[in-house]
Amino acid sequence: MHELPVTESILRIVLRHAEEAKAGKVVSVSLRIGEMSDVIDEWLQRYFDYLSKGTLAEGAELRVERVPVVFRCEVCGESFQVNIREVKDVVCPACGGGKAKFVSGRKFFVKAIEVI
Amino acid sequence: MANIRLIEVKEEILADNDKVAAEIRKQLRSRQVFMLNLMSSPGGGKTSLIIETLRGLKPSMRAGVIEADIDSMVDAEKVAQEGIPAVQLRTGGACHVDAGMLELALREMDLAALDLLIVENVGNLVCPAEFDTGAARNVMILSVPEGDDKPLKYPLMFTICDALVVNKTDYLKMSDFDMEALKERVLKLNPNIRIFEVSCRTGEGIPAWTEWLEAEVEAFKK
Repeated sequence: MHELPVTESILRIVLRHAEEAKAGKVVSVSLRIGEMSDVIDEWLQRYFDYLSKGTLAEGAELRVERVPVVFRCEVCGESFQVNIREVKDVVCPACGGGKAKFVSGRKFFVKAIEVI
Repeated sequence: MANIRLIEVKEEILADNDKVAAEIRKQLRSRQVFMLNLMSSPGGGKTSLIIETLRGLKPSMRAGVIEADIDSMVDAEKVAQEGIPAVQLRTGGACHVDAGMLELALREMDLAALDLLIVENVGNLVCPAEFDTGAARNVMILSVPEGDDKPLKYPLMFTICDALVVNKTDYLKMSDFDMEALKERVLKLNPNIRIFEVSCRTGEGIPAWTEWLEAEVEAFKK
């Protein structure tokens, strides 16, 4: 639902790096997005296409890599991945404990860009 | 063929927002103002909880409110009727408050005259969870008519909050809402979250909530 401000941020970062590299054109943008985020890939691309018109990044392809959600068990300290869209319970696979703390899987990164 | 070059970027996309949020946090820390970011679905009872909270807080606690709405003034007017300084932030279509918007609203508040600043975020369980506002505490409301399955649908929101206020408990007897199942689901996502059961309509449970809030503000100011 908030893809627009996220995409504006992506474009800002991409253009800054492309200009620093004196690139003629941005071909692709590799993103890492946490599974906990509700951002939808297809909408990112649509907003990106719209916002990037007339810039170095016009026509660039967004490649989204999803970063798994990780919890850490408060009982035994084990870190484990959770498929947050499917599970009903967060249970530690090592000790079966039901108390775990969210560690990572909500951030968004621009990992790299390909330029000509 | 032109050569394609790969440029490593490794930059956080919301870094700009997080930077402004960190500045706000620092500013409020030095001004000794405790900011609470209050989030819920539309109609969850954010404005009602704010009004009940303002009425329940001890008189020595000086409170102010920033009301964020996509486009209206009604909430700020309700708060102002309580004799509390209120600023209306119109997000102009945006589905959440970000740190940049909040920075503008803060300029309109007399921070020296406040101990507690409550930000009523835009009614939405998705987007506000992604944007740090610089608040000292994040609190969400889930109202009974929304159902006990919401932690499964909006895990991020339940994960980032320090307290959950379950509102409209006066509806419990008319619904199949399972309070124990809700608590179990929430605590599995976030074992350290505090849960308060309240009814803003009857006032039930409000004192426990305001006591917690007062203790948090006092601990912050020490």
